[in-house]
Amino acid sequence: MSARPLLSVEDLRVDFATPKGVVEAVRGVSFDVGREKLGVVGESGSGKSVTGRAILGLVRPPGKIRARRIEFDGIDLLSTDRRTLNQIRGGRISMVMQDPKFSLNPVITVGKQIAEAYRLHGDAGRKAAKRRALDMLAAVRIRDPERVYNAYPHEVSGGMGQRIMIAMMLSPDPDLLIADEPTSALDVTVQMQVLAILDDLVTQRGMGLIFISHDLNLVASFCDRVLIMYAGRIMEVCDAKRLNEARHPYTRGLLNCLPRIDEPGGNLPVLNRDPAWVDQRL
Amino acid sequence: MIQVRDLSVAFGRGAHAVRAARDVSFHVAQGESFGLVGESGSGKSTVLRALSGLLTNWTGAMTVGGRTLGPRRDKAFYKLVQMVFQDPYGSLHPRHTVDRILGEPVAIHRLGDADARIARALENVGLGARFRYRYPHQLSGGQRQRVAVARALILEPKVLLLDEPTSALDVSIQAEVLNLLERIKRERGLTYILVSHNLSVVAHMCARLAVMNHGAVVEELTVDQLRAHAPTHAYTRQLLTASLGYDRAAVERFEDFAESA
Amino acid sequence: MSENVAGASWKGRGLRAWLLVDSPESLFHARCQRLYLSWRAFSANPIAMTGLLIIVALVLAAIFAPLITGGNGTEQVLGDRLLPPGAAHWLGTDELGRDIYQRIVWGSRITLYIVGLVAIIVVPIGMVIGTVAGYVGGWVDNVLMRFTDIFLAFPRLILALAFVSALGPGIENAVLAIALTTWSPYARLTRAETITIRNSEYIMAARLQGASRLRILYGHVVPLCVSSVVIRLTLDMAGVILTAAGLGFLGLGAQPPLPEWGAMISTGRQFLLDQWWVATIPGIAIFTVSLGFNLLGDGLRDVLDPKSEGRA
Repeated sequence: MSARPLLSVEDLRVDFATPKGVVEAVRGVSFDVGREKLGVVGESGSGKSVTGRAILGLVRPPGKIRARRIEFDGIDLLSTDRRTLNQIRGGRISMVMQDPKFSLNPVITVGKQIAEAYRLHGDAGRKAAKRRALDMLAAVRIRDPERVYNAYPHEVSGGMGQRIMIAMMLSPDPDLLIADEPTSALDVTVQMQVLAILDDLVTQRGMGLIFISHDLNLVASFCDRVLIMYAGRIMEVCDAKRLNEARHPYTRGLLNCLPRIDEPGGNLPVLNRDPAWVDQRL
Repeated sequence: MIQVRDLSVAFGRGAHAVRAARDVSFHVAQGESFGLVGESGSGKSTVLRALSGLLTNWTGAMTVGGRTLGPRRDKAFYKLVQMVFQDPYGSLHPRHTVDRILGEPVAIHRLGDADARIARALENVGLGARFRYRYPHQLSGGQRQRVAVARALILEPKVLLLDEPTSALDVSIQAEVLNLLERIKRERGLTYILVSHNLSVVAHMCARLAVMNHGAVVEELTVDQLRAHAPTHAYTRQLLTASLGYDRAAVERFEDFAESA
Repeated sequence: MSENVAGASWKGRGLRAWLLVDSPESLFHARCQRLYLSWRAFSANPIAMTGLLIIVALVLAAIFAPLITGGNGTEQVLGDRLLPPGAAHWLGTDELGRDIYQRIVWGSRITLYIVGLVAIIVVPIGMVIGTVAGYVGGWVDNVLMRFTDIFLAFPRLILALAFVSALGPGIENAVLAIALTTWSPYARLTRAETITIRNSEYIMAARLQGASRLRILYGHVVPLCVSSVVIRLTLDMAGVILTAAGLGFLGLGAQPPLPEWGAMISTGRQFLLDQWWVATIPGIAIFTVSLGFNLLGDGLRDVLDPKSEGRA
């Protein structure tokens, strides 16, 4: 990459102390993200969500984050002070999570929440924040921004709720967006529509996007590059368009065990987990 | 084997009534795998619930195995038709061991020989004896779903209703469970009705499918027609496009198929 | 999600290995494992253990009363009345010369008797009414809940007074009065849990096997309500003891010469200023046992809370 990457992660490790011993959720993950769409794919327990949260320091004790380096635009996120971290969080790096039902405050109107998010990261007054919120709602293709501005989260559908989340998270104009399974709870057509909005916004603003998902197919068709994670480590990195040429047996196994509309039925090749993968170093 | 005609289910009354299923009709031959595809709110699960007897306020006509169904079901019906649920974390009683979970249907129907039946059922779904006395929280998602399948099969039914059986599972585990379901169907000559929002899963498992939207059957087609990308209804075409992966240009042409009167 | 191969075989490695192995070999084995893990969680909490210790001490004192005391506390030695705690009488004597230590120990039997009897009456009635109301719903639910509401409305002590004045004083009548005013919350609690449970998929699965309502209620619903009921019961016991003591204080519970702690406070009242031990020591006993039940209940809640059900 010619330019300096937006985010640089080197040897990220996240441990959780549990009554049964220490659980290593992330075991030495390193990658760079530029102004591109990077997909992080893995099954449950692979550590993909924890990686996303660790970047923003959103892992609560007893979780412990260690890394050789987590650098965002030249700023070392591990050693920076709390104030700068809070400014970056939400202001320059934003996060969209899976279910808007759980990420939106149910007793505050949607518009107020977006406006609040905007004001937290700037010096806007109330009127300016409201205008900004309405602009963002229009940017995510909500047809009646005024009505939705005054609606409560339970009054909007899942797809709209996720668009509202995107509006909220993008209103402070961040440089990097981390999306953790943003469309997994949505119907497939709504999923496509929300992804299209995300695609446009990310491209228009020149943002970086880390797209975490369990859906390999979706990530391959939506993102530019793909990271495959397993047991807390990265198994393979490749260009999305060349995913079919992937060489790691885990990636191949995942690709092969997907049922496809275009292929006849019959036995799906089962993924055989090679214990050697757990100790593999990329 | 299964005939459904003009099945309608409505919740609530008057102007605010929600019509979860509207004049749904289809038939399934014996030994066939029939798919019901739709997004959330399409009514596909409602149809299964009405068929299985979990829902009693439906109108229309349903026959299974030649017998017309009334609002309630008897024990003989449950020996014929069984169901596997979506959530492996919710369909097993948290305080019962696997042994108890599998032994209960045997006890209810007084089949006897419980010990041998349970052992056989566990073997059949690829779980060994070492899972027999575990509690659900000691099992992984895939293992729980296998127990759910074993439970459904222990009464030796002829029809299995599958309500999104793999939606909550990882992709690699999904493959194992789909293979298991496929093998069992072949070995026992079962009839399946598979409900899913995932078109690929339905296309993999079923020979014929019905697409539902807002409670009504939009189109019935064979899997070959689907594979040839030749569905007739626009909604089915849209669903198919969306299921194939992200395509920015295609999304522009998406319509909102709102509920018709 | 990988299997714990190391824990697969326990043979030759002793009891602890047997209790921690991944694959139990029988229902008994599985239950022992669950109990062991619950015990480990419980015993890690010092406050809960304190509560347990107090209650265990109470039970042991009741069981071994003849062994740890000289008499049964009813022997009156008027020459020794109102002696302070000392070598001969560890906790002093009361106004009739009876040894207070003996009376406290033998009084623990009465306390346990009252607490046990109330529990045995209250839990089955409350759970049956609650589960039936919650599961069946409709008019049955309405009728049962209004019935429950009626009993909920009675103030405990007043009802006890009314009962006892109608039927005469005595432990059993006091227990009946207490039980009648204690069962309602259990019905409500169980009903609320049942309503949540009845829409679960495992209940649907049971219905789809042809399980009768009775089987579902008894085999599926009740086991899930037991935790909340047990927690509530232990916390209620403190209140029950206090109510029984109150009744005893008013002369409506256990009758003399039975060494009921509340009655002891009542008769010792008049000597409070000069011979404080006569009334205070039974008071401390009541306080300690109530505290013990409260701490035990709190500890049980941490272990049995259904929200932490998923933790092995």
